Order: sequence, then structure tokens, then C-alpha cells
Amino acid sequence: MALKEPERIWWKPYSKDERLWISVALVWMVISFLFMPIYHLVGSTNPPSETYTVTNDQFQGLVDKMVEQYQVGEEKGIPVVHPEPGSDVFLQASMWRWYPILEFEKGKTYRVHLSSMDLQHGLSILPVNMNFMALPGYDYVITLTPNKSGEFHLVCNEYCGLGHHMMVGKLYVK
Amino acid sequence: MSETRICSLSGLKIEKNAETLIMWNVVAGVALLAAGGLFGLLMALTRWPSVHLLDIQWYYRLLTLHGVDALLAWIIFFEIGLVYFCSSVLLGTRAAAPKVAWVAFAMMLGGGVLINVIVLLGGSDVLFTSYVPLKASPFYYLGIIIFAVGSLIAFCLFFANIVVAKREGAFQRTLPLGAYGMAAACIIAILTFGHGAGIMIPTLLWSAGLIPNVDPGAYRLVFWALGHASQQINVCAMVAVWYMTAAFTLGAKPVNEKLSRTAFVLYILFINVASEHHLLTDPILSNWHKIVNTSYVMHLAVLASMMHAFCVPASWEVALRKKGYTAGLFEWLKKAPWGNPAFSAIAISLVLFGFLGGITGVIFGTEQFAIVRHNTFAITGHFHTTVVAGTTLAFMGFTYLILPYIFRRKLILPGLAVIQPYLYGIGVTIFAMAMMAAGSFGVPRRHWDITFSGAPFSFSFDPSVDMFLSLMGVGSLLAVVGGGIYVVISLGSVFYGEKVEG
Repeated sequence: MALKEPERIWWKPYSKDERLWISVALVWMVISFLFMPIYHLVGSTNPPSETYTVTNDQFQGLVDKMVEQYQVGEEKGIPVVHPEPGSDVFLQASMWRWYPILEFEKGKTYRVHLSSMDLQHGLSILPVNMNFMALPGYDYVITLTPNKSGEFHLVCNEYCGLGHHMMVGKLYVK
Repeated sequence: MSETRICSLSGLKIEKNAETLIMWNVVAGVALLAAGGLFGLLMALTRWPSVHLLDIQWYYRLLTLHGVDALLAWIIFFEIGLVYFCSSVLLGTRAAAPKVAWVAFAMMLGGGVLINVIVLLGGSDVLFTSYVPLKASPFYYLGIIIFAVGSLIAFCLFFANIVVAKREGAFQRTLPLGAYGMAAACIIAILTFGHGAGIMIPTLLWSAGLIPNVDPGAYRLVFWALGHASQQINVCAMVAVWYMTAAFTLGAKPVNEKLSRTAFVLYILFINVASEHHLLTDPILSNWHKIVNTSYVMHLAVLASMMHAFCVPASWEVALRKKGYTAGLFEWLKKAPWGNPAFSAIAISLVLFGFLGGITGVIFGTEQFAIVRHNTFAITGHFHTTVVAGTTLAFMGFTYLILPYIFRRKLILPGLAVIQPYLYGIGVTIFAMAMMAAGSFGVPRRHWDITFSGAPFSFSFDPSVDMFLSLMGVGSLLAVVGGGIYVVISLGSVFYGEKVEG
């Protein structure tokens, strides 16, 4: 019984059933073990990323410079920028907005720099449902190649104070 | 000298000090579960779109407390009860240091009350994860630290009790399997609370203004070595409860002790690294680190669960076949004591934990799925099937078992107790599956209003999300009724149940 000390020799050899069960589980795990690195390389689910440290002032400067250079419009007071394909793009999270609105071209690759100015925020790109964390002090560079055109929404999915549910941004792919 | 009695029902030798400690820890746990469950109901009623009960401030405030009371406090209090049960009652020896155990209990209770008071007073709505630089009052972190140190002392007492038991000749060679499983839980507990101290102490100092900042990336890394690894304490304790309850209710013994014990060792060795899956969409880990984490280390912990998935039902089958239920492949299963809430609770707990909690955990923990599931409602669905349908339900079953053995009271409302595990299991299944379905459409967790009222841009989810969220509300009502019955029966029996002689 599980309630009593086991008898003198409890380290008996495994029975046929037990060996079969563990072998099946192990084989299954080896397959998953191999499949995950392979899928990282052949699949397009996980974009490549790099990380640097950054201060708020530095990041703010880079965002402002990009907006100045590439602004093409404005919506609800937030500038819309159309950066050059292949360039570095900056997306700033703060309580409670995503700044600025980005406009990408389909099939072109962008290096999207993501950072937060205050608390931790969660970048959720809907409806494709891709999720990344934006942390203050970190410049998270994600290499994105949009393969679908349309209008996407950026929703914050990490609690960042009472205005959390109002933190919605936009992304266009033309 | 310590006073002991021989339990007439089980033949176990029970010491007075150990018995009182078990009782108080279990009762404190159930009281906190009642509070946490009530807050959980209010959460569900707020996320049910057509009800949307709480205002924004109280939603986040009670969400913080729901996590602290129902996840942390209830489960750890019950586990401390299990620690004393396994180390003193199973081994039939005295509690090594009852005074220290009472200090631990007082710290846990004091810490728990402090957190509840400080959060209800406002200004500490930081949720369970309390990610820096989201700041709470220093007393919040202090409450967490006091609670954690109290439980750390109690977990360490397990080893002191074992030393005393060994010296006094309570066992010769090795621990019984139930105690062995709890020993694995205690080792993981000590490791994870070490990490907890590693991050909560600097965070307390930062909140009090004594150090300038805590790095958010480092906070997340160390926090999750506490936050997720502590759920592995629950897994070990739950599996130990499965083995012990089967032994009490069926007379079951593991088919091969070596396999069951190896599985516990695998948990200790590998499960902590699997906790890193929380960081798969974070800046701080490199791509290759993420790939290796999900493909390699996680599977060794999963292997341990696969071993238990064989050992536990196999022990039931062997025990029931010995009782003569040998016709066909499944007569043993049909003739199992389904009307005994202790047994049905662990049976439902095993099925739901394995098929819903375990499998979704493995799926969501891979790099490819983490990116679409991270911080969505699907994660909430996953951990409700592990810690609620799995751990909480198993502990509920164990309570029915120890009410006559330890509290020496008969169950009040035995008829309701029979249906309670089914009701609770069905309720949790409905609401957790609905959460997972909504989450797969991208519905965020920890979100007061998914219609984004007041936002500059609005986004509408797929219309089916409304149906899933309503289904979640209905499921949670069922689960709360089931949980309420448990609270009424367990606390009612403790105070008003008919006394059992022995």
C-alpha cells in the first residue's frame, strides 16, 4: 500500500506492460524533441528576434525621428507612418496607447523594435493572434514579414493599470 | 510527553499534536478557498458579457485576491496539512517540533490576512504575478514573504519529522510512497520558495524606496521559477494524494514502486526548467534557448506524468480485480466505488488533470503555440484544469477521507457529498474549456472589458466568443455550487458532524 513502507525488495524489474508504456511515451517524446527545432526553422510561426537594452529617452528619440521622417497621415491624434521596406521600425508601448500607427507593405521584411516606457505591456496582434511582451528598458527586435494584407489591431494583453482595456492600436498592411 | 491514539478505522497511530496541526491547517485552507471561490464567481460574472458585474477597480482588486486566496493560500495550507499527515500519521510518530509548526501556521495566517487587508484597502491591485514596475504597497510584498517563510518552515519540518521517525524506528529502509511523493513536493517547495525570496525581497525593498529599481526581465525570470515551479509542488502533492486515497478506499498498492518513485525523481530534476515557457514571447531569452527549453527539458517532466498515468489506474485495476471483479476487461472499472466521494474525486481529478490540464500544458508550453496562446484566456483555461479540476478536486476528496479519520466526525449531508465531485468536475470542465475556446480567438486574460470601451480604436472578436464567455459563466456557476457544497460539508462536519468513536 502507498501508506506502508514497501516490502524488502521493491526495485523489481519492470513488467512487460510497463516497459511497453514507457517505450511508447519515450519514442513519442523523441519525435516531438526533433520536430520542435525543425519546425522553428521550416515553419513561419516564430519570427527571429534579438534583444538590446535601451533607455526611455533613447527609444523616444528613435520613435520621434521615424515619425518625423515617414509620417503619412493621422488618426485620432496618432500619426500613421509608412516606413521604407526593410528599415528599422519603432513601436512604443505606454499607458495606455501603442504609438505610432504603422503601415507595412505585404511581403516586405521589417525590423520591428518594441519597447515600453513605463510598465510591462503585452502586444497582441489581432486577429492573427501573435503575442509578444514589451518590457521597459529592453529593445526587443522582431523581424516581421507580413504575408496578409488588411487592417490589424494591437491589443494590450498584460495588465497595466486601470486603462488597460483602452490600450488598442492599429497596424495596416497594404 | 505526547499523547497518541490508535485510529479504530484505519489502525494508524495518531499523535495529538500532529492531529491538531492537520485540522487547523485544513480548516484555514478551506476558509480561504471559500473566499477565493467567491471572488472567482465575481470574476466569472464580470467576464460574462451580458452580466459584466464588477466595476473596473473591484475587478482587478478581487482578481488579485482570487489568485492569492484560491491558488496560493488554500492549496499551500492544505499541503502543509498533508505534510503533517504524511510525516507524522503515516509514519506513526510524533511531530518533531510542534511549537515551530505553530509559529509557521501563525506566519502563514498572518501573512494571508495582511495580503487580503492591504489589497482590499486599495492601491495594491498588482494581480498574482505583481510584475515590476507595477507597484504595490510594501505591505503586500511583506505579506507574501511572511506567508512564504511560514510555509517554508512547515515544509522543512517534514524532514525533521522524518529524522525523528527514523531514530524512533518508525520505518526501517524507505518512506511509504505517499510520504515519498510529499517529500518530492517538499524539495520542490524549498527550491521554489528560495527563488521567491530571491525576487520578492528586492521587490519589497524597491517598493519601500530603498533600492532604485528591479529589472523587469530579471523579475520575470526569477518570478516564474517561483510562480510556475510552485505549481509542481501541487502536482506532486496531488499525485501523492491519488496514491494515498486509492490505498484508503480500494486497498490499492502501486504495481511497481520503482516506476512511481522514478517519476517523482524526474519531477524534481526537470520540472523547474519547464517553467521557463512563460518567457517564450519575452525579449530576455535567445531563440535557441527557447527551442531547447520546449523541445528537450519539458519532455522529461512530461515523461514523469506519463508514468503516473500508467501507475495510478493500474493500481486501481489490480486492487479491484483482487476483490473479484474480473469479468471482461472493464468490470473492475464499473464496480469501482463511484458513490464514495473520496474515490470519485480522485478519479475525476486524474482524468481532468491528465486529459485537459496536462495535455493543454504540454501544447501551450511549446514555442509554436506559446506565441498564439501567451496571455490569452486559453492559459487561464489551462491552469484551471490543472490546479482546480486536478489539485483542488483531489484535495476535496482527501478531506472527505480524513474527516472521519482525523477530525473524527461523520460527514453531514452524505447524499450531497456523493454528487459534489461530479458537479464540481463538470462545472470546471465547462468553464475551462470555454475559456480555452475564447482564448484561441485571442481574447486576453486579465481584461476588464473586451469591447474596449473608451479606446481610440475598437476591435470586435469573432461573434462565437460571446457564446463561449456565456458558457464560461454557466460552467462557473455550476462549479461554485459544487465548491460551495464542499465548503458547507467540510466545515459543517468539522463543527457539527456526528462524533466517530476511536
